[in-house]
Parts: sequence; structure tokens; C-alpha cells
Amino acid sequence: MKYLAEYRDPTLARALVDRIRRTATRRWTLMEVCGGQTHTIVKQGINEVLSEAVEMIHGPGCPVCVTPLEQIDRALHLAARPDVIFTSFGDMLRVPGSECDLFQVKSRGGNVRIVYSPLDAVELARQNPDREVVFFAVGFETTAPANAMAVWRARELGVENFSVLVSHVTVPPAIEAILEAPDNRVRGFLAAGHVCTVMGWTEYEPLAQRYRVPIVVTGFEPLDILEGIWMAVQQLEEGRHEVENQYVRSVRRDGNRPAQELVSRVFQVVDRGWRGIGVIPRSGLGLREEFRAFDAERKFELDAIRADEPAECLAGDVLRGRIKPFQCPAFGESCTPESPLGAPMVSSEGACAAYFRFGRLSRAAAGG
Amino acid sequence: MTTLTSGPACPAPRGVYDRVQLGHGSGGKMSAQLLRDHFLPRFGNPHLDALGDGAVVPVTGGEIVLSTDTFVVHPLEFPGGNIGHLAVHGTVNDLAMMGAKPRYLSAGFVLEEGLPLDLLGRVLDAMEQAADDAGVTVVTGDTKVVDRGKADGLFVNTTGVGVLVDGFRPEPTAARAGDAVIVSGPLARHGMAVMAVREGFSFESEITSDTANLAPLVAALRDELGSRVHVLRDATRGGLASALNEIAAASGVGVELEDGSIPIPGPVQAACEMLGLDPLYVANEGVLVAFVDAGASQDAVRILRSFPQGAGAAAIGSAVGEHTGMVILRTGVGGTRVVDMLPGDQLPRIC
Repeated sequence: MKYLAEYRDPTLARALVDRIRRTATRRWTLMEVCGGQTHTIVKQGINEVLSEAVEMIHGPGCPVCVTPLEQIDRALHLAARPDVIFTSFGDMLRVPGSECDLFQVKSRGGNVRIVYSPLDAVELARQNPDREVVFFAVGFETTAPANAMAVWRARELGVENFSVLVSHVTVPPAIEAILEAPDNRVRGFLAAGHVCTVMGWTEYEPLAQRYRVPIVVTGFEPLDILEGIWMAVQQLEEGRHEVENQYVRSVRRDGNRPAQELVSRVFQVVDRGWRGIGVIPRSGLGLREEFRAFDAERKFELDAIRADEPAECLAGDVLRGRIKPFQCPAFGESCTPESPLGAPMVSSEGACAAYFRFGRLSRAAAGG
Repeated sequence: MTTLTSGPACPAPRGVYDRVQLGHGSGGKMSAQLLRDHFLPRFGNPHLDALGDGAVVPVTGGEIVLSTDTFVVHPLEFPGGNIGHLAVHGTVNDLAMMGAKPRYLSAGFVLEEGLPLDLLGRVLDAMEQAADDAGVTVVTGDTKVVDRGKADGLFVNTTGVGVLVDGFRPEPTAARAGDAVIVSGPLARHGMAVMAVREGFSFESEITSDTANLAPLVAALRDELGSRVHVLRDATRGGLASALNEIAAASGVGVELEDGSIPIPGPVQAACEMLGLDPLYVANEGVLVAFVDAGASQDAVRILRSFPQGAGAAAIGSAVGEHTGMVILRTGVGGTRVVDMLPGDQLPRIC
């Protein structure tokens, strides 16, 4: 595939690794915000090869992981209704709610379908006028334009049996929440390239200035990530704290204006709960009043469904880099990848799930 | 005035159908006709033609191997083959991985009412051809018909009988530290070919299933390398990653893979990237994994490459004495990652 191997070249990758090691005079703590970047870092073992120069903390940027328990429970409730076809991106299906997951609802007769685009869900609603079709609209600013477009299209076409269960989150408030914490250890950030493709990076400039942290807009391939880390380390070594753009082939400072416009016409900023972290003010998107007819929470009166996160789960501390996963009492005991309590154990790239597997490796390597 | 032919449909069986009817499962005349018209002409042989309750078959000395597999796939036809190819290759390959020479098959069919008979014909054509190519005889079988909506068109079960030859008996428990790990061809073609059709994706170049008979490859490995071949496994459901994890656990070894050496066709890699899937976990229907003596690695690759279905064979790593039961991948940047078993099906990722 063109433009794939080019960004995975092992020789160039190792040269960048060397450069980062040479540049760092001390071990810097960085956070990659996006789950897609975590995926590459874990998949390629980048954290391991850089461990002397950089500590990578996997941030709260996996929408699957941070969708609050309450919204998952609401999804499960809707999916179990006989009059509903519940549509979702694939990896939401295994996320545990209070009692089960969407796969289990499906096996009990719920009509649950994986879609690749929210517009497919609108089409499904047109084909099934006697059913209510609900789309689980999760994700960061990256998926927001397509989800906004689905609602917009549904209104345009008069598809009244379509609605969305919204759990959109946004990156800058999460970064701010991490930086505001008194015991914050993160000294620099890799911002999510695809989020910035939509939003640009102007929102990050005041954060970099106020908290004096470098923020590097970074892509997702191994060479992107290594270069992003190198740029952040270089800034830290030189005492700079700017927003820089590594992902120049995709991101412009102002982002994608038409996409932003569509998002702001359909959605408005709301307070949003994050699984394992709690409510972060003005950190989410909800449907505007004029689109209330497409809001599944109102249509199906889901307000009564409430859920509390398990108290023994310290995911919030893990996501902020305060503790390592194995320092959580639930780790490997009441919380495993097969039966996770919190966000970072849910996704295979979540910090807890990654430690669970690599911990097994280091124990085995030690002969234990 | 109305004629007989334009009158109401006659409720009695007419004898000529274009779709499977419930009556085809009645055990009566329609069942016999289905057998006579569609099955016997393709698989006919003295064992089957006798239409007994079972088949009596000769085997020469030694031990036999039995293996059974049930095939469900949607869609029934996909680029590179159909469920008929899978039903023969799947069981033949399972026998071959046990070291056996495949000889006989039984075939059981669950047909859904309304299944087009010409589609059934294409599936049976594929089975006939695949069985002929593999030198196996279908000696007994069964058909059942279920109500429309109770099956996904067609399910097939095949059970195979094979015979062990020259004491050649690779086993999943027989991998040793130091063994070379070899695959017989590029990965993830079958799973992605099926998914592309199912989800309505089209890619620049069509991805075709790798469904293939692997028995000749095994026979050649046996003849040339004999007991230097320790483990054979076809990397079907769960892909290469699951097969290697099972072998590592069963044999009590670790496995180390080199990322760059694992053959994955460009279009398959691209499709996996787009959908957020890992090709190491995607199903194959014509790829075997072999653990062989380190010194036999090059010979094994050469032998496999002498067959069209093994042309893409490659050595991809080795078995080690450390991290027993685990599969580790050495990545391009020089890092490692654990290639674990998945808890369930692989799911497309959002981010």
C-alpha cells in the first residue's frame, strides 16, 4: 500500500529512536492523548525502546474507554427494546455496562448491528420505517462531523425513526483537567492528529502558554509518533513550550472549517462524564435544542437510567499517570481484560490491559 | 376460457424445482430425487451408490485419523471459492495437519427452504472438484431441510478419514526451543475476502480467498524431512496468532516472530488498516504453520514453495525457551509486543 510502508521504515525509525535518546538529557514524561496513537505505541513497542529517554503515559483518548458507564447502560437498555435496531461502531460492542455488554444483549435477541458510518444507520432507518434506529454517537472531534452529518441528513430527509445516543467528548478540556491536577507529572503532549485535522490547533495554543507545556500535533504511523516525541523532547530540552505540527500532511492551523461549522450547527458544548475520571466541565458535545427530535435520550426518556462507577477502580489515577496500573488493588484480581472494571482495561490498548499482558511477559522472562 | 397451465398453482409436487422445498427433506420421493439429481452424479462411487446407512471402506494397516468440521459462512460464495471448497479443504487439511493422508469424507448438509438449487449445484461442483483434486472419496452423506429463516442458506459438515504413513505424526505438543516457524503462504486473504463481500467494500484490487488443499505440501514435507517436522497446524479461525498461541501453550515453548518477515499481501494489509483489523488474527483457509528443526528451515521453505499454494512460504520466527506459552513479535522499530489470544472476535476499531 502506498504511503504506508514509507511511514514504517525500520531504518528511519531506529535513526529517530537514536536521535531521541541523544537529545534527552533526562527522562521526560509525555502523554499521547489519542487511543490510535496508543495503539501504534503498544503495537510497535515504542514505549519499550524509548524507556530510558521517555516515559509515555497513555492518555484518556480512547472514546471506547471513556464513554461513561451510564451511557453504556442506556445503550444496553435501548438495544434490548424489541422496537429498536441499535447501531454502533464495532469496538463498542464488548464494552461492559453494569451488568452485561451489547454482545450479550444481541444474543438475547436484541437487534444490534455494527456500522462503519453513521450514514449507514440513517439508511437503515429509511429501509426499516417500522423500527426505531438508534446510532451510538461516540468519539472525539474526529467522529463528530460524520455524526453531525447523519443527524443533519436525517432531518433533511425527514427520517423520523432515526436518533442518536450521544456521548461525544473533546480533547482540550481533558488536557486542561490533567494539567490542573496538583500532582500532574505530564510535561508534554502529543495531540491527536485526526482531531486536529478537523479542529486545527488554535485551541491548544493558550494551553501550551498557560501551563508551559509543549504540545505536538502528531500522526499515527510509527515514524509520525517517533518524530512527534522527538519534537516534544527537543522543546523540553530547549525550554520551549509551543504548539508544533508534526502531522503536516494532514493538519492545518485552522483545521477543516466546513466540518467545524457542521459540528457547531448540530452540537453544542456540554458537561460530560468520562469513565474513570468523572465529569469534566464543558468537555463534551450534545445535540442542540433544534435537533431534540433526534436525541435518543429524550425520545426514549433515558434520564432515569443512572449508574455509579465501581469505587475500587482507580482508572482515573492511571489515566492521569498518578499510579501505574499494577498499583491498583483491583488490577489482575477483580479487574482483568475478560472482566474489566474500568476504561483502561477495556480496550486492548488501554494502559491496564497493556500492563496486564506485558506483566505476564516480564514475569515469564524472570523465570517465574 | 382458462387452460390448465394458467389455473391456480397445483399443490402436488411438480418434480422440477428451482429452489429447495421442505418436501426435499421429507425422506420421500422428493428427497430421493434431490439425491439422484444433485448429489449422486457428482460424488457417485460404489460406496455412496449403495445408499446404505453407512459406508464400508478398506484401509491398509496402521492407524486412522478422524476429523470433523462444520462450515458456516456468509456469503456462501465469495471471491476465490464457495462453502463447498471450504467444506472439503477444511477437513482434508485438518487430517493432513495430523500427518495423515486423507482418504474418505462424509458430508452432511442442512439446507434452508428456498435455497436456489443452482447455487447448491455450484457448491456441490466445488466439493466434487476439491475432493477429486485431494484424492478423497465422499462415501456417505445426509441432507436435512429446515424452514426458511432457520438456517443461513446452507450449512455443511464433513468428517474425514485419513491414514497415517511411515509413522509421521506431527503434534501440537512437539515444538522445541530452537525450532524454525514457517508459514506456507501470505496471510489473512480468506477473512478479508469474505468481509469485503459481506460489508460491500470494494478495493482497488480484488482480494480472493486462499482456500486450498494443503495435503500435498504435507506429503512432500513428510517425504523429505520426516521427523524433523515437529508441528503442523492450519491457521484457520483466529488466524496465525491463535494457532501460534495454541502451539506455544501446548508445547511449553515461547514463540518469537520477526515483523518484517510475515507475508501479508499489500491489498490485504491496506484493507486491514482501513478497518482497524490485525491481519495476524484474520482467518486463512489455505495456510499452514510448521515448526521444524532449525537446520531444516530452508529446506522446508523450498519444499513448500515448489507448490502453487505454497509459493509465498516464508520463515517468520522461531521457538524459544523463554516466556513459555507466549508469542512475542519483534517490531520494525526494535520493540516487542505480545501477540495474545483475543477474548472473542476481532472488532473494527473507531480510533
